[in-house]
Amino acid sequence: MSYVYLESDNIISSLGFTTNENIDKLSKAEGGITLLDDKELFTERFPVSMINRNTLLKRIENTNLSDEYTLLEKIIILSVKDALKNSAADISSEKTAIVLSTTKGNIDLLDKSISDKYPKDRVLLWSLAETIAKYFNNPNKPVVVSNACISGVMAINIGADLINTEQYNNAVIIGADIVSKFVVSGFQSFKSVSQEPCKPFDSERVGLTLGEACGTLILTNKPSDNNCNIVYAGGATANDANHISGPSRTGEGSFIAINKAIKESGINAGEIDYISAHGTATPYNDEMESIAISRVEMESVPVNSLKGYWGHTLGAAGLIETIAMAHTMRNNILFKTLGYSTHGVSKNINVITETGNSEVKNALKMASGFGGCNAALILKKLDK
Amino acid sequence: MKNYISSYCKIKNGTVIVNNNEVFRSEANDLKSVVKEIYRSIKPGYAKFFKMDDISKLGFIAAELMLKDTNLKNRYNDSEIGIVLSNSSSTIVTDSEFQDTIQDNNNYFPSPAIFVYTLPNIMIGEISIRHKFQGENAFFLNEKFDSIFISNYVNSLINNGKIKACLTGWVEYSENGYEALIYLVEQDGNTEHTEENINIIYNK
Repeated sequence: MSYVYLESDNIISSLGFTTNENIDKLSKAEGGITLLDDKELFTERFPVSMINRNTLLKRIENTNLSDEYTLLEKIIILSVKDALKNSAADISSEKTAIVLSTTKGNIDLLDKSISDKYPKDRVLLWSLAETIAKYFNNPNKPVVVSNACISGVMAINIGADLINTEQYNNAVIIGADIVSKFVVSGFQSFKSVSQEPCKPFDSERVGLTLGEACGTLILTNKPSDNNCNIVYAGGATANDANHISGPSRTGEGSFIAINKAIKESGINAGEIDYISAHGTATPYNDEMESIAISRVEMESVPVNSLKGYWGHTLGAAGLIETIAMAHTMRNNILFKTLGYSTHGVSKNINVITETGNSEVKNALKMASGFGGCNAALILKKLDK
Repeated sequence: MKNYISSYCKIKNGTVIVNNNEVFRSEANDLKSVVKEIYRSIKPGYAKFFKMDDISKLGFIAAELMLKDTNLKNRYNDSEIGIVLSNSSSTIVTDSEFQDTIQDNNNYFPSPAIFVYTLPNIMIGEISIRHKFQGENAFFLNEKFDSIFISNYVNSLINNGKIKACLTGWVEYSENGYEALIYLVEQDGNTEHTEENINIIYNK
């Protein structure tokens, strides 16, 4: 039996520039959401989870990244470089795929103050991905998926499929989005942004908090380290076929995606011992997820949302949350749901309220997004 | 395992081809007029169509025409039918329209009705709602239509049992023009789902 292993990773976010820095903050229940007053982004002060600009500039300088690269491209390059340090995968090999998940990529380049500084096509997502592939001398056409807020989970599903179908031996999965005026004004116009840091699954939740991040996850069929024991077990997507900007009231799409992922994984639903929910803290999303979790009979399984730490990082969310999930499995540590205090969904799901140790062998990641899309993926821990 | 292309619709330069037959021709040059004319000729009676942005209308209309005689819903469960689409420019025309509403802080009027269409997979959502397709979803970006990648991906979804039929294709719209090819991949049929056969219908 051959497996797809989660070999190495990196997270750049408000919580730090490496996975370890991020996990350290999660372990201490410290979030990265702050109030920001930046008229370039939004007319009023609003809570948001931003990558520290001073540290970022220093790292860009130390890496000699020139201004031919956009802000987002620089962040991605730093993230991929760090993830490669602990991987045997050769990114310049024709057997290594690059898969990019992003919702809006270099959308900030549409702004007239910056649009003339880069070639016009750089705002297109394939052009962003090819810029990254070229930087790392990867000879393959990068795969780019843009499927709203499930893109990050999907990118892992797709990368695993590329290895399972023997098209590639390794896949460098990247998920990235930055906080731009475009995205902030759009979500604000939807009135889905909370005035306070978001409160997933809480009775007083009123909306999401936006964030920016980049995650890199390296999948391989031949890990260099024998201790590498977290493997991809299955994944799926499904559509609610109900509404383009609101989730199904019955959790139908999520229910279908979870069931298909479980079927592929060969694991029994009863063996799942941790769920990383999407948990955006909008009233409808969290309620829908509680219904989906109840319908797959996992109400008693410990579940959290990490949006209270990182905010909703869009195309990066599913990826960095899956990296955190793998860490939970390796170290048997469950992170509390920051922002949650009073149960606020109709189903009696087991929201994690205290960070602590618990054995996790099989875990489920959920995601949902605009367009009625839903995704699920399952990771499994092999016995050493 | 072999899969097959059982139906297709190609829309380009005002010409609509369904399964090798030209079914409509518009003299209009702009996508907005073209999709409106096609809609009037096929009369689907679907009011939500008028709320969509132009690229979603293009994908919607192509799906409508392609599916017409396939009897798909009687042959599969809702969750057995997937949608995998791709293009080059994502939603750049709608993105630019939204950018115009936020460019100037003194003339700032972002609209959720425009913003929601700045995601390429909204088109997949619209087609899913119309036909109640609940299977796999994916929207990919490639500089040019990549028949190799997309056929490998769709074949893999069908071959490992996640779906049994997939509405697949390329729906592109930018200032350089528009183009749609939507086709159906199933486990039975006459035209094998290969890169070569996809390219034949793409170049119609």
